[in-house]
Amino acid sequence: MNGASTSETGGPVSILKKESRRPKYTKFTQQELPACKPLLTPGWVIAIFLTVGVIFVPIGVVTLLASNSVVQIVQRYDDTCLPANLTTKDAQVSYIQNPSTVKKFTVILNVVKYMKSPVYVYYELDNFYQNHRRYVKSRNDQQLRGQNVTDLSACKPEDRVNGLPITPCGLIAWSLFNDTYAFSIAAQNITVNKTGIAWKSDVDKKFGSSVFPQNFPNNNGSAGAGLIGGAALQTNVSLDMDEDLIVWMRTAALPTFRKLWGRIEQEFQPGTNISVTVQNQYNTYSFGGKKKLILSTTSWLGGKNVFLGTAYLAMGLICIFLAFFFFLIHLRNPRPLGDPSYLSWNRKNNTGEYLRT
Amino acid sequence: MGSSSSSRIPRHVTDETAFGSSRRGSRRVSDTRRLSQREDLPDSRFIYINNPDRTNENYTMAGNKVRTSKYTLISFVPRNLFEQFHRYAYIYFLILVILNQIPQLAVFGRFASLIPLILVLVITAIKDGFEDWGRHRSDNRENNRLALVLDHDGQYTDKKWKHIRVGEMVKVHANETVPCDMVLLGTSDPSGVAYVETLNLDGESNLKSRYARQETSNQHPEVGPLTGLIVCKAPDRNIYEFSAYMELPADSQDIQIPLGQNNIILRGCEVKNTSWVVGVVVYAGRETKAMLNSSGAQSKRSKLEHYMNRETGWLVVFLVVICFVGGLGMGLWVAANYDYLNIILYYKKTSSNGGNYLFAGSVGEGIFGFLSCVIRFQIMIPLSLYISMELVRLGQSYFMIRDTEMYDAASNSKFQCRALNINEDLGQIKYLFSDKTGTLTENKMEFHTASIDGVDYSNTKVVIEPATGKIEGSITPEDSQILTKQAWKPNVGAKVDPDLVHLLTGRPSTAPRRDALFDYMLVLVACNTIVPTRVKKTASGQLEMEAVNSMEDGSGFIEYQGESPDEQALVAAAAAYGFTLLERTSANIVVNVLGEVQRYEVLGIHEFDSVRKCMSVVVECPDGTIKLLVKGADSTVLNLIGPGDDENTAERRESAEQLQWQAEVREQTLKHLDKYAREGLRTLVIASRVLTQKEVEDWHFHYAKASTALHDRVGMLRNAAGLVENNLVLLGASGIEDRLQDGVPETIALLREAGIKVWVLTGDKQETAISIGFSCLLLTQDMQQIIINESTIESCRAAIADAKRKYGILPTQKKRKWFSIKHQNSVEASIPTLNDSHYENSANHEEEMERVHRSLALIIDGNSLVHALSKELEQDLFELATACRVVICCRVAPLQKAGIVSLVKRRAREMTLAVGDGANDVSMIQMADVGVGISGQEGRQAVMASDFALGQFRFLKRLLLVHGHWNYQRLAYMVLYNFYRNAVFVMMLFWFILYSAFSPSSALTDWNLIFFSLLYTAVPTIVVGILDKDLSHKTLLQYPQLYAVGQREETYNQRLFWVTMIDTLWQSLVLFYVPYFVYRVSEVDLYSLGFLFCMAVVIVVNIHLAMDINRWTWIEHAAIWLSTLATFICQLIMDAMTIPDLLPNHWVSFHMCGELRFWFALLLTVILALLPRFCIKILKQRIWPSDVHIAREAEILGHIRHQSQPSLELHELPPSMANSSPPSAAVSV
Repeated sequence: MNGASTSETGGPVSILKKESRRPKYTKFTQQELPACKPLLTPGWVIAIFLTVGVIFVPIGVVTLLASNSVVQIVQRYDDTCLPANLTTKDAQVSYIQNPSTVKKFTVILNVVKYMKSPVYVYYELDNFYQNHRRYVKSRNDQQLRGQNVTDLSACKPEDRVNGLPITPCGLIAWSLFNDTYAFSIAAQNITVNKTGIAWKSDVDKKFGSSVFPQNFPNNNGSAGAGLIGGAALQTNVSLDMDEDLIVWMRTAALPTFRKLWGRIEQEFQPGTNISVTVQNQYNTYSFGGKKKLILSTTSWLGGKNVFLGTAYLAMGLICIFLAFFFFLIHLRNPRPLGDPSYLSWNRKNNTGEYLRT
Repeated sequence: MGSSSSSRIPRHVTDETAFGSSRRGSRRVSDTRRLSQREDLPDSRFIYINNPDRTNENYTMAGNKVRTSKYTLISFVPRNLFEQFHRYAYIYFLILVILNQIPQLAVFGRFASLIPLILVLVITAIKDGFEDWGRHRSDNRENNRLALVLDHDGQYTDKKWKHIRVGEMVKVHANETVPCDMVLLGTSDPSGVAYVETLNLDGESNLKSRYARQETSNQHPEVGPLTGLIVCKAPDRNIYEFSAYMELPADSQDIQIPLGQNNIILRGCEVKNTSWVVGVVVYAGRETKAMLNSSGAQSKRSKLEHYMNRETGWLVVFLVVICFVGGLGMGLWVAANYDYLNIILYYKKTSSNGGNYLFAGSVGEGIFGFLSCVIRFQIMIPLSLYISMELVRLGQSYFMIRDTEMYDAASNSKFQCRALNINEDLGQIKYLFSDKTGTLTENKMEFHTASIDGVDYSNTKVVIEPATGKIEGSITPEDSQILTKQAWKPNVGAKVDPDLVHLLTGRPSTAPRRDALFDYMLVLVACNTIVPTRVKKTASGQLEMEAVNSMEDGSGFIEYQGESPDEQALVAAAAAYGFTLLERTSANIVVNVLGEVQRYEVLGIHEFDSVRKCMSVVVECPDGTIKLLVKGADSTVLNLIGPGDDENTAERRESAEQLQWQAEVREQTLKHLDKYAREGLRTLVIASRVLTQKEVEDWHFHYAKASTALHDRVGMLRNAAGLVENNLVLLGASGIEDRLQDGVPETIALLREAGIKVWVLTGDKQETAISIGFSCLLLTQDMQQIIINESTIESCRAAIADAKRKYGILPTQKKRKWFSIKHQNSVEASIPTLNDSHYENSANHEEEMERVHRSLALIIDGNSLVHALSKELEQDLFELATACRVVICCRVAPLQKAGIVSLVKRRAREMTLAVGDGANDVSMIQMADVGVGISGQEGRQAVMASDFALGQFRFLKRLLLVHGHWNYQRLAYMVLYNFYRNAVFVMMLFWFILYSAFSPSSALTDWNLIFFSLLYTAVPTIVVGILDKDLSHKTLLQYPQLYAVGQREETYNQRLFWVTMIDTLWQSLVLFYVPYFVYRVSEVDLYSLGFLFCMAVVIVVNIHLAMDINRWTWIEHAAIWLSTLATFICQLIMDAMTIPDLLPNHWVSFHMCGELRFWFALLLTVILALLPRFCIKILKQRIWPSDVHIAREAEILGHIRHQSQPSLELHELPPSMANSSPPSAAVSV
């Protein structure tokens, strides 16, 4: 700062206070820390692409195989499980909303390939925006856990009935899926295991064993005539026991989603016809959503998914191609690395202002 | 200023000065009369000495309590917030936070939405608060310091600084700090001199002398309090000026005494070498000059930041577009499903109670959709970028300051970073304006040659060190004996010419005009403002300074303290020749003339000013004659050389021989001056004149009047000087050598190779400037010199037009504009092919050829610039000057320097840098985009005004080529990367809302949304911004052309921005759609997918950054990998907690990590997102490598032979200035 000079003119002043301000030398302050300076030489580039290719192709193959090993039966039923005379949307909606009619239908599932145990039962909804912002927020997790909650504003408009708090509150619970399925083969009922379909962590931590449904609007069929949401809840079953609710309340990420409904611990031979009695109660007609029933085996990679395997295979092949491509480029354009004569000012030597040798 | 003697001049002279006729009557009456007399000075304040009550009666004068702190405990919060919200960005975010509180728009949780803004505000507030706390403490310390103040009993007692009032008398002892601005009344020195160090004020460490007026200097505390009145101006911030006068009651009438800059000591100074001083407080507290000057550095905005704001504008457009899409989609969706909203299960609009629940119709929902999208996607505008940039600049400054290569051992000064927000501008400089003296040269003046009476004494081969008695070189023994026999010797040596020594010491007969020699030496000794101080070695070997007037015997050094290095050199030289300045007071000069002590009485000093360009003193010699001693610039002093036509020249005319002699001396001196100038010496002309009694009286009347004037004192003094500064007798000239600083030619050559145009703006003579130009390789023999040296506007116009015609510079006023626009576009358009030889050759070929064939140098002087810088000629001058490779402006005034800088800055729209060391460079430094101060010999004003301060000119090459390049590369990359990072994140979120019925929903939790730019990805950006290094400093200095990267804006430009945005689009699509397709029809839940998104985006942006890192030290490794790891761990922690806010995503990450599908999706996303960028990067590096890349390859593969700096030979001086050899192509390097 105050450059006390050591020049002759500075004289005694500088002699009296002599304290060097020279910055201390460290490798850090001089920005000379030992460092790795990666350089993408042609060799490295080709090696990188080959490596990626060599890793990706097998992954692709294996995942494709895994995906193919999954056997699934998909059956849409929202259109078939209706009286035949309901052609307009309004008619369908008013039919489905009528609580007094019995809506039982039978669907036959044909097993084409051997399905090993366990076979999972899913329902699939489509055009259903469980990820809608207003919907996602419409719940109260503290209430579900069994904590005392007075502020249910997040659950609006399904927070209270006649001033009494709803448990579980909110749109999500209110819209619980309520179609049911009963499976049988040759008139012999198949048991569907409906325990363990929800995440264990949800059961343990998010839904209290002491919380029972209260004032739940769907339980009172006439409460909102024409506005029926989804399933009614048994008031004597604590929330953590109601795995359908728990599964439902883990809101789906995308508008087309599956939810696990149960597990059949039984294998199916090819050619078996499974008869399903569907209670078609859930109103997807007002927004034109399809409903599907799925029976599926599983693999180490989960359900059927061709995309992942294909993508891996494609990526792997592209990378191997790129490795060749860059090899060719290197052959065609063998610029020696770090040759100063390629520097822009050296290349215009003919006009030659800065001649360097 | 204004130190005159009153003893010699009869009283009536003093009394007849402007205000002298006030009689003592009733005090009150005389005061009112005075007031009426001084109506023309409405601002003046009256200070009754030792009567603070009365002083403060009618006027509000600040007490001595100072407050530099901005805040108090109470005002901190509101005021700090107020200041912070001056930034538009903060207001933007504040509005968003407020919007988010509206229930319909509550996109984020109430609390979560506040986090980023609060974090930023709190961090800044803590920083501000901490700084302010420091200021509070220092204020407290200052305010509670004790000073001796005269109390009612006439005793000096301790009083806290904050209680000192204007008008009180204060006593300050040696090595104590002056508490307020005081007029000196008396000092321990009988002559009233006091020495102060102004280090705290302006950073100058040399001692300055201040005087108490003789009339009051005997007012010792023992003698008793003084009464009187001081009239001075209202407080102002000029620390180099003070005008006032003092009225003292005398026997019959008040006497008026002028007070000037030399009579005041300012707050913050330290008293040195003087055991005590007594003064009266005139300005206190915030009205002191030190406080008025303590405003912070001006803030400049860097070019990069300017561009950044332009691109931020584009981001705003993107934001509006995607939010519009979101809002429109929302509105349309609601409209399409309007009839079913009550029954579709996820949009129940009616509450159970029958009312409408937060529903605003399809248009209203559309608008709410738009606004909530703005909130959701707000980080498209990167708030964190502003903080990151500040941190990065701080880090960069740290490295610049700590660079040992920029430490100057000679002045013990480090590099200083005074402006914190224009670091990156250092990498984009196109024009460099340099001062000469002290900047290119050392400003360590050495008296080199003397031309006395027409004889050139430049054979200075003998070095005399009087302090040690050492003499190098041959000199006759008796001469040396005379020279070294004094008791007190100056500690500075000088080179002397033995012939001149012989003439001086020899018998009178040997020198025909010994008088002239003596007068010459007398001018050197007396005509200056140097103060000799005596330094004695104590027994312990320590040096101790003594007051000058202690006339005791003994021996030691004399140390010459002064503000002008030239004068120090002259005095030192005179001492070496046997004329030793021993003592200077306001009234006397004591000189040891070849062993005999003589006393000269000083009647008046006309200090140097930039209009007169000379300085003179009027002294009465021991023999009673009164002489005017003058030294100054040749341009003015030669015009004042006699014989005029008033009567006393008649005396001289009696000797025709003498007249002839004068003419001859003049001719010879001119020749010598020319010769000195060509050698690069600073020349001064020395003259003197004997004054008659009548002239003295006449002059003194005006001088005294001028010295007491409050208004236009400078002008009046100049007129007074004009009365006597004429008809001078020419004694000779002096040549002072100012050596080039180390490494100047190499630095200039490097800077020019780097494509920086170096202009030198100097106050020196044209010849001196040209010769310096040659010696620092600015000019070469093969250059065509265009010299413009005109005095009228017409001739100036003609000269410029001539030059332009001759060298084919097109007068393209309109074209120029088009060209500059086109040029800008072409730079941007040419980025990918910039180094393609085809492009280079076709586009630049002609221009390049022209430039080579026309290596022009423009040399223009101050007189011409007066006209050339006028509105009419400005454009022509600019065209001519920019067409030249070198521009040297000589004889320029400080404001002209600024004018030139401003001209280039305005017209060329290129980055300008001004470097200088003196007060005369301040305006230029402030005008330029980047101002660099050299902390040299001429004080600290330049440094105070500068953005960066250096010890030596040669550090510029490292500052610009190395640090500038790094700073620019780092920051430019960081800005682009930040845009990318936030945009890719926002776009990824945007694709999601297309699948959530356009509701601004997000798969990521609020906390992840907020932490993304604040926590997960912030550290690597900053670390890379501070530490990444594309090339080593050796390579950068080896290939100065690499500097062009910044000049051409290669690392940050609009084209790159758009390319980055396209890449951003691709990456965001991959980031969304790979997980989308992997989990398309599956049981995946919102937060699981969100976890995948979050991990993928963090890894992608970090690897994106990693791919561009040029240098991996452990710090970079740690930053990048630990950030990624930290993100992951954060997920685990947040998912393991069961606090209400985090329950929806409970255990999600653990669940996902158990699935192989997740890991495969992650890997695929990352690789696919970065693949195009990686391929393009490789292709570009292979086929269209940038210069930086080639240099980097060469550096890593060791192809660069690190030669020592190219040895540059100093070119010999041209045989003739006008003659120039035909231009050749190559600069020999």
